[in-house]
Amino acid sequence: MNGEELTEQETALYDRQIRVWGADAQRRLSKSHILVYGMKGTVAEFCKNIVLAGVGSVTLMDDHAVTDSALSANFLILPDENLSHGKTLAEACCDSLKEFNPMVHVSVEKGDISTFGVEFFEKFDAVVISCCSLAKKKLINQKCRKLPKRISFYTVDCRGSCGEIFVDLKNYKYSKKKLEETIECQLEYPSFEDAIAAPWKALPKRVSKLYFGMRVIEQFEDIEGRNAGQTSIADLPGVLKLRKELCETNSVNESQVPDALLERLLIGTSEFPPVCAVIGGILGQEVIKAISGKGDPLKNFFFFDAMDGKGLIEDISKPRHS
Amino acid sequence: MDTIEVSNLNRQFLFRRSHVGLSKAKVARDAVLRFRPNISITPYHSNVKESHFNVDFFKEFDVVLNGLDNLDARRHVNRLCLAADVPLVESGTTGFLGQVTVHLKGKTECYECQPKPAPKTYPVCTITSTPSKFIHCIVWAKDLLFAKLFGDKDQENDLNVRSNDTGNSSEHSADVFEYRKDEDIEQYGRRIYDHVFGHNIEVALSNEETWKNRNKPRPIYSKDVLPVKMTEENGNTEKDCATGDVSVMAFLSLKNPQDIWSLAENTRVFLEALRLFFSKRRKDIGNLTFDKDDQLAVEFVTAAANIRASSFAIPLHSLFEAKGIAGNIVHAVATTNAIVAGLIVIEAIKVLKKDNNNYRMTYCLEHPSRKLLLMPVEPYEPNKSCYVCSETPLSLEVNTHHSKLRDFVEKIVKGKLGMNFAVIMQGTSILYEVGEDLEEDMVAIYAANLEKALSELPSPVTSGTVLTVEDLQQEFSCSINIKHREGFDEEKEPNGMVLSGWVEAPVYKDNNKPIGNGESTSNTFPSEEKDVEIQEMSEGTETVTGKKRKLSKVDENRNQKKPEKLDVDDEDDELIISDDWESLTKKKRV
Repeated sequence: MNGEELTEQETALYDRQIRVWGADAQRRLSKSHILVYGMKGTVAEFCKNIVLAGVGSVTLMDDHAVTDSALSANFLILPDENLSHGKTLAEACCDSLKEFNPMVHVSVEKGDISTFGVEFFEKFDAVVISCCSLAKKKLINQKCRKLPKRISFYTVDCRGSCGEIFVDLKNYKYSKKKLEETIECQLEYPSFEDAIAAPWKALPKRVSKLYFGMRVIEQFEDIEGRNAGQTSIADLPGVLKLRKELCETNSVNESQVPDALLERLLIGTSEFPPVCAVIGGILGQEVIKAISGKGDPLKNFFFFDAMDGKGLIEDISKPRHS
Repeated sequence: MDTIEVSNLNRQFLFRRSHVGLSKAKVARDAVLRFRPNISITPYHSNVKESHFNVDFFKEFDVVLNGLDNLDARRHVNRLCLAADVPLVESGTTGFLGQVTVHLKGKTECYECQPKPAPKTYPVCTITSTPSKFIHCIVWAKDLLFAKLFGDKDQENDLNVRSNDTGNSSEHSADVFEYRKDEDIEQYGRRIYDHVFGHNIEVALSNEETWKNRNKPRPIYSKDVLPVKMTEENGNTEKDCATGDVSVMAFLSLKNPQDIWSLAENTRVFLEALRLFFSKRRKDIGNLTFDKDDQLAVEFVTAAANIRASSFAIPLHSLFEAKGIAGNIVHAVATTNAIVAGLIVIEAIKVLKKDNNNYRMTYCLEHPSRKLLLMPVEPYEPNKSCYVCSETPLSLEVNTHHSKLRDFVEKIVKGKLGMNFAVIMQGTSILYEVGEDLEEDMVAIYAANLEKALSELPSPVTSGTVLTVEDLQQEFSCSINIKHREGFDEEKEPNGMVLSGWVEAPVYKDNNKPIGNGESTSNTFPSEEKDVEIQEMSEGTETVTGKKRKLSKVDENRNQKKPEKLDVDDEDDELIISDDWESLTKKKRV
């Protein structure tokens, strides 16, 4: 797009959403650059949403080869052998995504993201990572936070019927209209590392059990040197043992992390398409909010469990030391 | 039966630009097969209300998922699913809000157990004489002026109605709007302009009473805004691709639909649009109804509404905003739709697994309520006084000597009960029905019956009579107990009929009603003097909490609150729901 005005084509295409967030927000979206790492079903849904919304560019990273299991929850991967043969997940998704909105620049970046320097991340306004080990999450988060530029950082993971989103907007300032007035808001977000370091005992009693469940599995994978999602029900004894240790360390009752939940998370290594849609939708909306500067962003975790149907926000951070 | 439009492409991701104009059902099917080749998908490019989609058709399915965009169709499908005893998953979205509900006959509420709000309507005098909000000006421009100039000439039109209609100058006004043979279009345009924005305002001003507590409008004459010479000078090049693409804006270099035009610019658009209709689209005149996708119509209505707004010191709006209001455009984004779609599938899978104890209604919120962005609620038991699924008889108070069968059909059967192809019987006598294979003499009898007073029908309808109204396609039947009543309050009960046992839906502020159940705002101009008050929705009512279900006797036009609540805040998009959602769990559950 040229200059400051939306083109006629953009106005026609984005009419229904401009009526939601306004032309200014749309303009800001069209100038934004998003990095996406880990192309599973939920992220595919998310990418679809932001491409439709009309962001400036989306850069995809996932060097895994296309396999049959990818087809089960990633609707961007087409079963047609000819189309996906020899391609990486990112490449296959890239081809599909371009079709959704020719005005968005979609590309693929290859390589080991852990080795990329801070300068690599500077060109992005938002970074979304998935299918990532604990160590990698922390690393990328730190690199983003190092930059003077404010980069919106997100992690997203779906396991079976459950999903988790983490949001780090650093120091986020935005304004909103309340009645006739415009009020300035400011939110300070902890890094992923700081957030999960919050002692469990200090958290409110009613915090979603899914938070703890995810942390236990995450730690388990870390300790065992597994890739993200590389668990099975056979790991249950090991996981339960770890839970016991973590609960003791944190002085909380083991009932905070129910057996049944851990089982579900262990078994649910593949994604469930409707949950991908729900999580991908929520995440899409969060990224759009942060880029457009419009709307209250969620702080700082979002959980969804199809079993009870609740989609809730938890504010989890390390308490400040006095 | 819809075809694909450009504005769909921001969220309906199965469609591409190259598909614009094609059938949604067919293209969607093809798109899905690309990533799931082994599913059997049958597209029907048709209206779900067609007779082909009868109860037997619905019986073939294990579950029905609705993605409809109007209340009428939803009610229709609801009744068919009840008749076929097929579970229905309903849903709707608007902007950031959405909801999914599950309906099982006998186990949960049906879609109509909680009546859905009727579209907002405005008092006639507000539209014709005392507008106070921009939307009143839009309704005036669309349903009165546009209709008068370009629509069916035989339609009744209140354009010259004044609050105290002492003198009847209808003959004079008929001349005014009629385009005279060989008249200069420019002159015609100014004549119309001056009549509606100048003359009519002056006439209205002459009635002091109206303006006692209101700001007076000012009359506007075109020569004061746009001296005649200026328009003559204004370019001869027109930008139009095809007849349908005729547009004023490009011609006048008013490129940005988000700009708010000045009074002079609005006047130019008004006059130019009128000129273009007459010079390029002459054959359309007399047949047109307002269509939001008709660019020239939108330009005309925007300009007309703005000029009227200017007269009444109401803030002007851009074409973009005006189009949204006039066209009842529902704002929509891909993300909310994706979330709701996921939730629909989750419920559908439960239905297929017959997971009876876990069905839920889920609400998707813009602002969290008690940390929840997605709020699950257990379904309610069926409403015992729901006339749709509980077959509760209704009562109708009516003057059986004065009211005709036609009134009953229009106002009650179609208007309230939503039955379009009804059979009306008293006992075994059929008083009225519609159908394709009726014998001529029967058709004649029914036509005659329509014009008879109820008490004078071949099977007289009097106090104590029970009428049965059935819609065979919906397989839905309803009993109505008739009670004769002599008098009705002209203001509160202008229909001269009062239906009870029917829980009247409260009229909401646009933004606070169940999400996306139908056209968000309808500016359908009321044909009667219906004074519907707009009620502020208070916490704890509707949508999430559900209402008390007392059998209440409700007047046709219940005035719910004092007029000061008419000032609707159009900006606030918040859905006000009960903060006390846990109390919901104490309601009667399945």
